[in-house]
Amino acid sequence: MAAEVVMRVWRGDSSGGAFAEYRLPAQEGEVVLDVVHRIQATQAGDLACRWNCKAGKCGSCSAEINGTPRLMCMTRMDQLPEGPVTVAPMRTFPIIRDLVTDVSFNFEVAKQVPPFAPPPRPEGGYRMAQVDIERGQEFCKCIECFMCQDVCHVIRDHEENKAHYAGPRFFIRFAELEMHPLDTNDRRELLRQREGLGLCNITKCCTEVCPEHIKITDNAIIPLKERVVDAAYDPVAWLGRTILRRRKASPNEAAAHGR
Amino acid sequence: MAEYETHDYDVIVSGAGGAGLRAAIEAKSRGLRTALICKSLLGKAHTVMAEGGIAAAMGNVYPEDNWQVHFRDTMRGGKMLNNWRMAQLHAQEAPERVQELEAWGALFDRTADGRILQRDFGGHRYARLAHVGDRTGLEMIRTLQQRAVALDVAVFMECKILRLLSDADGVISGAVGYWRATGDMVVFSAKAVVLATGGVGKSWKYTSNSWECTGDGHAMALWAGADLIDMECVQFHPTGMVWPLSVRGILVTEGVRGDGGVLRNAEGRRFMFDYVADMFREETADSEEEADRWYADHSAGRRPPELLPRDEVARAINTEVKAGRGSPHGGVFLDIASRRSPEYIRRRLPSMYHQFMELAGVDITAEPMEVGPTCHYMMGGVRVDAETGAATVPGLFVCGEAAGGMHGSNRLGGNSLSDLLVFGYRAGMGASDYAEGRTGTPAPNQAEIEHTVAEALAPFERDDGENPYELHHRLQDTMQDLVGIIRTGDELDQALERLDELVFLAGKVKVTGGRAYNPAWNLATDLPAMLTVSRCVTLGARDRRESRGGHTREDYPNADPEFGKVNLVQRQPSGGGMAEEIKIGPEPIPEMPPELAALFEEGH
Amino acid sequence: MSVEGATITPVRLGGVRGGPAARTLRRDRWWVQPAISAVVLTAFVVYSTWAVFVNKDYYVGAAAHRDLISPFFSPCITASCVAGAHGTFLVITWWHITPALLILGGPLGFRLTCYYYRRAYYRAFWQSPPACAVADAHTRYTGETRFPLIFQNIHRYFFYIGLIFNVILTIDAVMAFRLPGDGGIGVSVGTLVLVVNAVLLWTYSLSCHAARHLCGGHVDAFSKHPVRHRLWRLLTPLNARHMQFAWVSLVFVALTDLYVRLVASGAFTDPKIF
Repeated sequence: MAAEVVMRVWRGDSSGGAFAEYRLPAQEGEVVLDVVHRIQATQAGDLACRWNCKAGKCGSCSAEINGTPRLMCMTRMDQLPEGPVTVAPMRTFPIIRDLVTDVSFNFEVAKQVPPFAPPPRPEGGYRMAQVDIERGQEFCKCIECFMCQDVCHVIRDHEENKAHYAGPRFFIRFAELEMHPLDTNDRRELLRQREGLGLCNITKCCTEVCPEHIKITDNAIIPLKERVVDAAYDPVAWLGRTILRRRKASPNEAAAHGR
Repeated sequence: MAEYETHDYDVIVSGAGGAGLRAAIEAKSRGLRTALICKSLLGKAHTVMAEGGIAAAMGNVYPEDNWQVHFRDTMRGGKMLNNWRMAQLHAQEAPERVQELEAWGALFDRTADGRILQRDFGGHRYARLAHVGDRTGLEMIRTLQQRAVALDVAVFMECKILRLLSDADGVISGAVGYWRATGDMVVFSAKAVVLATGGVGKSWKYTSNSWECTGDGHAMALWAGADLIDMECVQFHPTGMVWPLSVRGILVTEGVRGDGGVLRNAEGRRFMFDYVADMFREETADSEEEADRWYADHSAGRRPPELLPRDEVARAINTEVKAGRGSPHGGVFLDIASRRSPEYIRRRLPSMYHQFMELAGVDITAEPMEVGPTCHYMMGGVRVDAETGAATVPGLFVCGEAAGGMHGSNRLGGNSLSDLLVFGYRAGMGASDYAEGRTGTPAPNQAEIEHTVAEALAPFERDDGENPYELHHRLQDTMQDLVGIIRTGDELDQALERLDELVFLAGKVKVTGGRAYNPAWNLATDLPAMLTVSRCVTLGARDRRESRGGHTREDYPNADPEFGKVNLVQRQPSGGGMAEEIKIGPEPIPEMPPELAALFEEGH
Repeated sequence: MSVEGATITPVRLGGVRGGPAARTLRRDRWWVQPAISAVVLTAFVVYSTWAVFVNKDYYVGAAAHRDLISPFFSPCITASCVAGAHGTFLVITWWHITPALLILGGPLGFRLTCYYYRRAYYRAFWQSPPACAVADAHTRYTGETRFPLIFQNIHRYFFYIGLIFNVILTIDAVMAFRLPGDGGIGVSVGTLVLVVNAVLLWTYSLSCHAARHLCGGHVDAFSKHPVRHRLWRLLTPLNARHMQFAWVSLVFVALTDLYVRLVASGAFTDPKIF
């Protein structure tokens, strides 16, 4: 183990910034966040960094470490390649200061999701089989670190798409609701027209960076795309639906739920 | 004159963990103008760290379970120091609150017949914890968060409340704080204030708590004239990670033991069999064979001693380590690898598996974990009315970990999430009723605002002063060394001296840089609360000359029946602040009605 | 059906991005993967185009005691196909250029609209993005919302077409057990090549995301549809390996054509195993 670690940390705000270099003695078993904390305590008290649980459960300390979105609290120093470690803020969101970005885009999108709409609760509670909820449970593992949103080139490289793109984090939320055995809303047209599901070109970076190892693309986005095909692009499915009685609330009603 | 923006609401809720969210949801769905204020982003509160489950006597797995049994387990776990009415309401209402979560979209693990699956936990007679793998807290906070968003609750994120504000009559009428992103001051006026600010763990060095757990609510309520009770009762969770050092304290869920994990010392002995207290002997297995039979069928044997209440297990581990029978890094071994298949472990405990794999390089399906006690939960808190969560000052409501009484001197695992739901709901109701009944416009005291803002900004003005990080480390060392899991009178006196010095130094903190997202300044504004709470814990620990639940005195190793009849109540009668005098004294705990008292005599 | 009328909180834009302006801060060799994809896909396109337009040596017939047809040319349904290669009941007489062109549209469309290949070529060729956290090579981006990429949505129809081809190539593989004039029924290396090719094509088709959706993924409550659930559970682990199947089956199809081509051209005789 090297005796010293060299950190290149982005310092700056909306008016600009630059990497600042910090040198610290190396310590065993440390993660990147530990080193950032030591920089704060000894060299730069005002180095801004968002964090909470330091155990990979809250998803606050997302940053781009050596160019890749990662949780600072789950990235061990001894597993990074030799040489200076670069820590930069998430690129997709406006900067507040140093490593902290304004992630309110995500909280705005959250307001658009038409909520869960179950039938009235029967006496003794709802009954659902384990197999019916397992797909949804995978998506509920999301810790909202927003690294999938950060890495998604649809908004990372094309700011204008933010106006009409929900992003991977919310596609898994939509998938959770759409696959919920009790839900009565139909959000497929909403996904197609307003949430930009068609903008995703399934290049799978969201899946690559997910710290919870959720198979975002394979298990949520592609199944949603297929469900949208059912609703909008597949003539046979359309015919089937017209002949059979529809069971779910219309997209309009679903969208209205989301205000 | 200080510059600040102002907001006016009927109800403001400080803290967006489970309790705060539940309270805000209740107030908002009653139609009140409601604001939710939190120090972090929405959904990051410490509730996400809860792993095991929500205790609720639904009887889905064991139909013989009911609220009386749950009530009795809770009271006995708390060594009878609990507020009986809170424990009763909690046991009665938890099932409904859990079902409500499901109606809002939570996906709990299921039984074979499609109901909510419940798991075993320490101190609970029956499998009672509704859960989602080992990430129940995440599911709960996300569900509540989404519900709050759907109801359009106003959320003020990354906004730190510094102090409560009262009007000319001493009625709580708002709060003052600042935006972390900009450092700009903000004043809320409100007809009712709910504090749901959570725990105090960040005053200790090894803790499972996140940075937010600085006891803001405890301190602000005390400063505002409210009573605190049982502040000496701090729970040390028996199983936290001990290695690597940088992750020391991170929680290892009790679910590991509920699902078959056992504790062994360096000699390989299941030492918990040596530590069964008389109170629990009747229901605890006395051989490994009997304990192992129990996991599959609770009627085939009695409970394994690993599942005793947390205070018992934490003390046992502490004793083993002190006797030199600990693991290489100063803990004991928690072994599930040799007892369950890798697939079972990965399915039941996925986040534990990843936590150890990624942070310690340990594969828990193949080798034992090293664990040791870690500061986890504050049983004590603001004295509240059981029905409404009302504190002893008008206009203030408190719920969740910031409120005291519910858990007595020791909390059972799983009872915290249900506490958040039950009393979050009740405090939301209480605050709403109060706000609807309150006449006139709340008029927060201007002088209080000016004073608070000036005090908060003072660290920027000093040319020379203390480093807040340095003070925080000294505080953590003091509390860890002197007010830890085992306490003695001498050390507590020593701690009080050191705390007085730290309080003095905290008045001279200096920070550099601007106000926008400045963590050094943020920490400086957290220090007064941390120091106030640390003083309360130490004072309480000094005055409770007995051992009970989460409070263990080496010089008074036994429970004293006289102390079992009183709460130690603390208040600041002559002005609130970290340096002001704290009065402490015993007051009798409310007496249980005979029909409930009878539950403890039948000898279940 | 429209949701345009529904009122939805507009997403607030604005703020200034921080951080360095560099295209990427990655220092690992992120370009290796897209480069490999580009090389293999280009090689396949070049080889198959050549094979299609050479328009000979795609069938090994009775004269060589074998019944082996290249997957690029099966089913050979034009009158211009070499003798023995085409069947009797469907023969198209008006098509005069290479029969492979008529045939390849189906499998090609299946692979072109495949969720995995989309990822591969969007990254490798269109560079949108070339790798994660590496900036997109284009300033404007509309994804798959417009012509022509909106047609990616008909992937499931190409999946059905792909199944038809799988059946045909399976029949070819079965037929390849016939060794006319060389002992009747037996196994040669060529037989095995065709069998492996057919198996790989099945794994690729069945691991398709559209297949996973159609067989059960569209169901919300699995417990009420046990058969669909069983099918879905069968395909799900295959689906997780879709990428691997896509590459292996692609390369093997080309190798199968090459093998048949070499035998047909007389470069060597197909060895009999038993």
